[in-house]
Amino acid sequence: MGSLEKSLFDAFAARRLGRRELLDRAAKLGLGVAATSALLNAAQSRAMAADYDWMANKGTNLHLLLNKHPYADAMIANLTHFEAMTGIKVTYDVFPEDVYFDKVTAALSSKSSQYDVFMTGAYQTWQYGPAGWLVDLNEFINDSSKTAPTYDWADILPNLRSSTSWSGKPGEALGGPGAKQWALPWGFEINDVSYNKKILAAAGMSPPKNLPDLIDKAGTISSKVPGVYGIGVRGSRSWATIHAGYLSGFTNYGAKDFSTDGGNLKPTMNSAEGKAFTKLWVEMLHKGGPKNWTQYTWYEVGNDLGAGASAMIYDADILGFFQETDTKEAGNIGFEAFAANPDAKSATPNVWIWSLAMSAFSGKRDAAWQFMQWASGTEQLIYGATKANQVDPVRQSVWNDPDFKTRLTTSYPGFLEQFDSAAPGAKIYFTPQPLFFNLTTDWAASLQEMYSGQIPVDEGLDKLAQNITSQLQDAGISN
Amino acid sequence: MSAADLAAHPAGGSAGEGVSRKRGPGLLPYLLALPSLLVCAGILVPFVTAVFYSLERYNLAFPQARKFIWFGNYIKLLNNADFWNTVRVSMTYTVLTVGVELLLGLGIALLLWRRSWVTNLLNVLLILPLMVAPAIASLMWKLMTNSDFGVLSYLVSVIGFPNFRWATAPGSAMFTVVLVDVWVYTPFIAILLLAGLRGLPSQPFEAAELDGVPQTFVFFRILLPMLAPYILTATLFRMLDSIQQFDIIYAMTQGGPGNTLMVFQIQAYLQAFTFTNIGRSSAILMVLWAITYALSKYFMSTWTRLRERAHGLA
Repeated sequence: MGSLEKSLFDAFAARRLGRRELLDRAAKLGLGVAATSALLNAAQSRAMAADYDWMANKGTNLHLLLNKHPYADAMIANLTHFEAMTGIKVTYDVFPEDVYFDKVTAALSSKSSQYDVFMTGAYQTWQYGPAGWLVDLNEFINDSSKTAPTYDWADILPNLRSSTSWSGKPGEALGGPGAKQWALPWGFEINDVSYNKKILAAAGMSPPKNLPDLIDKAGTISSKVPGVYGIGVRGSRSWATIHAGYLSGFTNYGAKDFSTDGGNLKPTMNSAEGKAFTKLWVEMLHKGGPKNWTQYTWYEVGNDLGAGASAMIYDADILGFFQETDTKEAGNIGFEAFAANPDAKSATPNVWIWSLAMSAFSGKRDAAWQFMQWASGTEQLIYGATKANQVDPVRQSVWNDPDFKTRLTTSYPGFLEQFDSAAPGAKIYFTPQPLFFNLTTDWAASLQEMYSGQIPVDEGLDKLAQNITSQLQDAGISN
Repeated sequence: MSAADLAAHPAGGSAGEGVSRKRGPGLLPYLLALPSLLVCAGILVPFVTAVFYSLERYNLAFPQARKFIWFGNYIKLLNNADFWNTVRVSMTYTVLTVGVELLLGLGIALLLWRRSWVTNLLNVLLILPLMVAPAIASLMWKLMTNSDFGVLSYLVSVIGFPNFRWATAPGSAMFTVVLVDVWVYTPFIAILLLAGLRGLPSQPFEAAELDGVPQTFVFFRILLPMLAPYILTATLFRMLDSIQQFDIIYAMTQGGPGNTLMVFQIQAYLQAFTFTNIGRSSAILMVLWAITYALSKYFMSTWTRLRERAHGLA
């Protein structure tokens, strides 16, 4: 049964649709009498089992703050379903990623009630949560009167649930004791290598197996294939430059951002492992990276792969996924679980989780929670994964969905294998602490200096660690 | 009515009134001043608030750690090498943009001084870059200077610089953003100076021509001194704008590569909106305000002196 049919019969079961309208719409969907009858029974059974009043906040208006992203597009495409089911009117503002988080920070820090629900990453909640700008969603998840019995919280992948919860104590593990659930995982991405099969085949190359191999192949392509460079990675002066390929490889080489000795954070990005990896990273950029790397955000990285301007990218797996349709190189994209370190047993991709969070200043929390349940519920996420591009899905049930599996295997060959191979080692490898943006932005600036030859790698990382220590002390996070 | 009567009844009261009473202006002056007061309050309230914040340890992410620390933020800034880099970058950018724009603007204004249909047409065309928002202009230039497909990258490769990196390399980043600024704002200076040139009296130039005075003498000893108040005005406007530069640099490099283009406003923006450090951001903006104020004061006093000299008052 497709999500459309299911929605239709659920709507009837919840008395939001008359029998005549149900039959009309079922006929338009090509359903026969027997199928209609069976589906109707199933929907009514579900509704009775649900025992939850979706119309409890009918007439409420919700306002969302969204990033311009395929996940948001998938939700918007099906939003009328939610509005019909609940009688809640939803409006939204959409901003491009360059300015999105500044907009969120401005809205929350001014204690504005303008937005009820907004998109966020897990890292951002380390800043927003302890500042008192977010609602701890445990109060809803654990309240059976506010949460539909059909909302299967345990179905969301355990790593993602814990990655979006934190105690607020710098250095303490995500999802540890006393953790508050600051956000609901909505869609996620793991950082791996996606490549252009056609370009690699023409060059007589197989996908890279590790970073030295990647450097070699990327360099060869840049120097020998006209109009194509070897490897696309992010490089703008932004925190986003660090969290994708760089941190995944950095971790695979055994390096860590901080040590937490007795609850005291100490920067360790200048460890021997960190320096060794960063030297290779800079070498990779020089030999096979884009010429204007310091301006590269994920948009440029993805666009170049889709346009055939780059042979490989080390970035979010979904960035490669998105290039498989409606681009010049659609049909040519391959996926590879990538362990940067030749001595590593498996990949250690850092994870980015687009999530939904509730503003602490929203005056419509119950309605907001209903929206969040719907948007992260099984039905909507199956819709997003099969009819739109809400990939990677956060629910196990969606990964098990036969339609989704068929879609992946037929239209995105190699993607599922890449995911299955990399997923066991995938998690957030940053140490949670509230100065995340300061420190990673400085890290990106420092990488740019090393790349430009303004400072040697060893010296650059030492200076960075020193600078970060000073910032942590200023904030009272470290002694 | 005699003069004595007028003196006795200054308010012009009629003779029929019993006792002459002086009537005050009432509420009218206050009502007339109200808009100005509101504008002043609109400026001063945020300013005073920012001054107060700059004396606090105030990070939105650490509300419990907020406290008054007097000049702690300023002391940290002054002891921070990155801050001095920001001062150096901001000053370099200001001097370069204003200097180049003044020279080019003056040159263009001189070329367009004499009226003809060509100069009238060029006057209109000259305004076009001013019609483009600086952030949009930056994005246009970012595309034109793209190393892979940018038209300017192609042109410089033709003349022997195939790997010129424009704003993405520390060596050429300042040159690139200055170039964009010059493209956007030179017309502003040219138009201002052109208006000044066309407003100058013609007699001194006619007399110099009759006397056969060399052109260099006319330019340096007659034209430039007479045009000085306009040049100063244009310089002041552009300098205040340049030292507060944000949009062009942020759109092109976000202050990078590294800290190569980290100017005051970007530093303050990042501190406030990305790092939520309101205290630090306010302190940076207060330093910027102090520099801007000192420069304005200096230029205003010089401008006044030059005007007085031009009018024979000094």
